[in-house]
Amino acid sequence: MSSREHILSALRRAAAPALPRPPPLAEWQTFEEPVAHFARMLAEVGGTCVRVISEDALSDSVAALEVVAKAQKVASLVPEAHPGNVQLAGVEDPHQLASVEVAVLRGAFAVAENGAVWVPGAALGARRALLFVCQHLVLVVDPVDVVPTLHEAYARLRFDGPGFGCFVAGPSKTADIEQALVIGAHGARSATVFLVG
Amino acid sequence: MTPHAQRAAAYVADTARMHWHDKALWHVRQKRDAAVASVPEWEALRTQAAALKAHTLSRLAEYLEEFERNATKLGVVVHWAVDAEEHNAVVLGILKERGLVRLVKSKSMLTEECHLNGFLEKHGVDVIDTDLGERIVQLAQETPSHIVLPAIHKKKEEIGELFHEHLHTESGASDPKYLTEAARGHLRERFLAADVGLTGVNFAIAETGGFVVCTNEGNADLGASLPRVHIAAMGVEKLIPRAEDLAVFVRLLARSATGQPVTSYTSHFHGPRPGGELHLVIVDNGRSALLASATHRRALACIRCGACMNTCPVFRRSGGHSYGATVPGPIGSVLAPSGDGRRYAGLPFASSLCGSCTDVCPVKIDLHHQLLLWRQELGAEGLTPLGKRLAARVGSFVLQRPRLYRLVGWLARAAMRLLPRALLYLPLNAWGRQRELPPAPARSFRAQFRKALK
Repeated sequence: MSSREHILSALRRAAAPALPRPPPLAEWQTFEEPVAHFARMLAEVGGTCVRVISEDALSDSVAALEVVAKAQKVASLVPEAHPGNVQLAGVEDPHQLASVEVAVLRGAFAVAENGAVWVPGAALGARRALLFVCQHLVLVVDPVDVVPTLHEAYARLRFDGPGFGCFVAGPSKTADIEQALVIGAHGARSATVFLVG
Repeated sequence: MTPHAQRAAAYVADTARMHWHDKALWHVRQKRDAAVASVPEWEALRTQAAALKAHTLSRLAEYLEEFERNATKLGVVVHWAVDAEEHNAVVLGILKERGLVRLVKSKSMLTEECHLNGFLEKHGVDVIDTDLGERIVQLAQETPSHIVLPAIHKKKEEIGELFHEHLHTESGASDPKYLTEAARGHLRERFLAADVGLTGVNFAIAETGGFVVCTNEGNADLGASLPRVHIAAMGVEKLIPRAEDLAVFVRLLARSATGQPVTSYTSHFHGPRPGGELHLVIVDNGRSALLASATHRRALACIRCGACMNTCPVFRRSGGHSYGATVPGPIGSVLAPSGDGRRYAGLPFASSLCGSCTDVCPVKIDLHHQLLLWRQELGAEGLTPLGKRLAARVGSFVLQRPRLYRLVGWLARAAMRLLPRALLYLPLNAWGRQRELPPAPARSFRAQFRKALK
């Protein structure tokens, strides 16, 4: 008998009589001002939320960020936010992105309850490491796409084929040394989310 | 004394350190409370999570088959391992076939349970733990003392010394920011040089064939995105039926673990990245045996948040290493005897049965009841310490005989008043080892109660 069969038959023998799947939760929290709540929660998890009124204002604000102004290498998949100066098209080996200082990416939507932004991997493909290897992360989201909780968030997601996606909530962090919070463990040292419009 | 009590005694001998450890964990518990208070439907979420887990566990084989089908469609290579040895052999096989020798690993309690690191190192694989806490304990040649905070037992000065020796940081430097930055630089090189990344799995989704990994540092994500080959290892119990169920579990996990509203990175892997390989090892290693136990199968619902450790008055003071098991604390004391009842028979006694673990458990495992049940089951098998078994037998005999009970009460009160201290505090009196006995009351409770009634 293969290990697979061995495990599955042991689990079948061991299981309790089938229990029904519970009905979905009926209700959960809402926020009067989801966008403002998102900004607060993002600050709580170490990120920064910036609201801009237009795409023109967006490119100005992104350029004015200290980490962007200082950066030699900016990789952007959001040309209206920043033109970028790292060629991403044709990059097959993610190791080529190791020296990127700022990555500018689009978030599909944001979650008010926890400050997270859903970053779909489709545009990144084999280069998804960019999201984690960059020194600083800039995300651009439409404020109409701020949902209250993860329940609405997962209702929007379809996992119907190969792909990658990540909820990013602020910068990389650790508290593994005496519970002292340190920002910038392995991933981005800062995370700025621009809400445009 | 049980082995836990012996190791705990050594730990608490350093009183200042014990209080420091206690305070650090209580701080995490308080952060958890604040995060929980911000979610009005918290109790409904817990109930939902418990029901979803109970449902999944009752149909685990079917859900695993569904998961395997969907994962395979996405291009994942699914492997099955009956036990730790097979798990390790599968991982080594994947590495050997492709000539991979530099492995970066993110946190996985399953690989700790299987002792994967030592096994791979013996076969010439360079294994680097990349979670900062795990890297610290790896450099110190220790094991994690906590499943979420692996190096919570170490002081920053000790970590400073360790890093000075291994990462050449300045001698005497102990600033967490400086040490973390040094580890970042050191591990960044390892990430870039690695030819394979290994991660654990927080949740696997039957409906989609994908899985989710949660980290704050981004180490799992780098390890799974830079090298061409990604191996993920999961216990059979990590399964959930549908993607929408993630909302319930992800909302509970980080709030319970560290008091954060969510981890920094919640990565959803559906198949390998373009041009890459993704291998998934599904491991039993005793889980089907636990599932067969009607009394203890609920422990398989655990999502490894560590909340029961942070709140446990015994864990906070005795430290994770005192348990001598891969998973320590209340949940560890429930899981371990299922694997080896003889070896871990003392662990269900590493608890005051106060029930705080049960109160904070996000999936409503009745942890303190589980511990009590283990005491009874292991006692019936004759595996619990002889002293405890004798005491329980004497107690049972006396409590079933009211007259004898009254006589023994009278004798005890008299003895406490009359006997010299040297006799009262004999080694047999475990209570009196670190504590003073209370003053003996003049009359029994029964007598006082009768008088009050009149």
